[in-house]
Amino acid sequence: MTRVPLLSVENLTVQFRGDSGWVTAIEDVSFEIGAGENLGIVGESGSGKSVSALSILRLHGRANTRYASGAIRFGGRDLLSMSERELRKVRGGDIAMIFQDPMSSLNPVLTIAEQIIEPLQLHQGLSSAAARRRAIELLEMVRIADAGRRIDEYPHRLSGGMRQRVMIAIAIACQPKLLIADEPTTALDVTIQGQILELLRDLQREIGMSVVLITHDLGVIAEFAQRVLVMYAGRVIEQAPVAALFNRPMHPYTDGLIDAVPKLDGDLHRLTTIPGSIPDLATVIPGCRFNPRCREAMDVCRRNAPALLPVGPDHLSRCPPRAAARGAA
Amino acid sequence: MTEAPIVTVRDLVKTFPVRGRPGEPKRTLRAVDRVGFDVLRGETLGLVGESGSGKSTTGRMLVGLISATSGTVELFGHHIAGGAEKGALNKVRSRLQFVFQDPQNSLNPRMRVGDAIAEPLDVAGGLSRQARNDRVQELLELVGLPRSCGDRFPHEFSGGQRQRIGIARALALRPDFIVCDEPVSSLDVSMQAQIVNLLLDLQEQLGLSYLFIAHDLAVVRNISTRVAVMYAGGIVEMAPKRDLYAAPKHPYTQALLAAVPRPVPGRARAPSVAGELPSLIDPPKGCAFHPRCPFAFDRCRIEKPRLNPVEGGHAVACHLHEAGGSGTSAL
Repeated sequence: MTRVPLLSVENLTVQFRGDSGWVTAIEDVSFEIGAGENLGIVGESGSGKSVSALSILRLHGRANTRYASGAIRFGGRDLLSMSERELRKVRGGDIAMIFQDPMSSLNPVLTIAEQIIEPLQLHQGLSSAAARRRAIELLEMVRIADAGRRIDEYPHRLSGGMRQRVMIAIAIACQPKLLIADEPTTALDVTIQGQILELLRDLQREIGMSVVLITHDLGVIAEFAQRVLVMYAGRVIEQAPVAALFNRPMHPYTDGLIDAVPKLDGDLHRLTTIPGSIPDLATVIPGCRFNPRCREAMDVCRRNAPALLPVGPDHLSRCPPRAAARGAA
Repeated sequence: MTEAPIVTVRDLVKTFPVRGRPGEPKRTLRAVDRVGFDVLRGETLGLVGESGSGKSTTGRMLVGLISATSGTVELFGHHIAGGAEKGALNKVRSRLQFVFQDPQNSLNPRMRVGDAIAEPLDVAGGLSRQARNDRVQELLELVGLPRSCGDRFPHEFSGGQRQRIGIARALALRPDFIVCDEPVSSLDVSMQAQIVNLLLDLQEQLGLSYLFIAHDLAVVRNISTRVAVMYAGGIVEMAPKRDLYAAPKHPYTQALLAAVPRPVPGRARAPSVAGELPSLIDPPKGCAFHPRCPFAFDRCRIEKPRLNPVEGGHAVACHLHEAGGSGTSAL
């Protein structure tokens, strides 16, 4: 299978300045995303899923961040070595991003119109009248009723779901090739969450863009993503097509995550848990980072840092004992 | 034999004044609208709803954190709201407790966790230094933390561990009834399951009753005995757990169940219910859900349905399910 990736992240390691030196937030992260593809990145707090996503557009504070190694290739160029000026043309242009909390990403003292028109004038050089017409069109695309009137309102007048629609309208204003969505539905009510996911899927089809969806919710992943990266403590621990990930998870952490999701059907009673807590970034864990919480940990897991190994078609796992068991079977 | 409920709530209402612009008439926000339920000894009532449903306001009125506008709350036979009984809340205060959503904000960052846990004991008084410290260690062990960690500060713990500390603190005075307000909503999935299991273990060991507040139906399924679903300030459906999940009757409950994203790839998903959550200042006439309801008919737009029993402890506030109604399953 030859896939020409739209974006490829290669061996990315990102470090942040801590109280006592640099701590590694993500290590040796590699993935690619094809044109029109939906990639899901799932993990808990501290897994590095958001750090990975923010790194694509270099959105971390410059003074305290070090892109220690790796490359991020997009359209034949390395985003990590671009100048700030060149990168600004990519941000909001070919690559757009939406965040968890639309209230803190919208400017409260500007109307919706002013905020949508800005990228249109900046990236597409539209006149203000043309930009306003296009802005109303965009609000209609994200299914905001009565867009011609709503556009002159301030963000506080809109509900959380409406604000996220506005954020999406701003993001798709310049027909991006890639949309990075960092927990776009986490702050929303359950019935609104479904509406926003449906909207993202529809828009993706209409515009033909690729989407990287970052979430902690395996339910959202199952419904939205085609391919999935599972991250734990700064590393990719499994990568697979969505059906394979849920039907044949090949890492004990993925097993645990799937089992821990509260179910709406099946047997009631105790939830299956993953023992222990998520380690913080500064903790050094020799061997596999998951070994202190792993029910299947062996001596080798405590000694050697595991490699990401192929375990099936387009399926990688950072659990050598599992990979070996599969090879032997 | 029917045991008297330990919590009885009837026609509970809470309104808040809303200040408009100068010259505009004063308006009121109706946060909780005629809510009624019982909680029996040793059971868990799950209270589920989205933003603005009134679930947290209800929970807070139950423990006297905010006062009711009207209606009655009876705890262990004492009227803490709506009765003429003076000082009733003080008589039952030690028997009820509250666990907050965010263990980060509900613990004092400059207080050692042992002291935080002991604070209710110190307020109640009557314990020697030794007995107090022994009790703290016992509580830490009860919630699955090392007995020795009382000297540490909250920031040294993970979110899940901090929620365990919040639970230990709530247990200090040996309560009978605990209101848990979204206790796992800010936790990671792997931590959520641990806390839900801990609450189940404690309930078994100590015979506790819970009101467990959550914003989605999946989380309350394991812990609840019965579940009540709230929308726009009122209970729209209440049923024993099995009935609610197997045969939800209210169109909103059905929508809420359908909206939970499930970890099953390729599952055909029902389309999301349209529309936004209603305003509480200017709520829709009739049934608050009618503008979003696919089954709404004329009566729903005029008359507010009451919570009526349908069968075996199952009650629903929907005109489709009143005597002679065909129900949504038949449509």
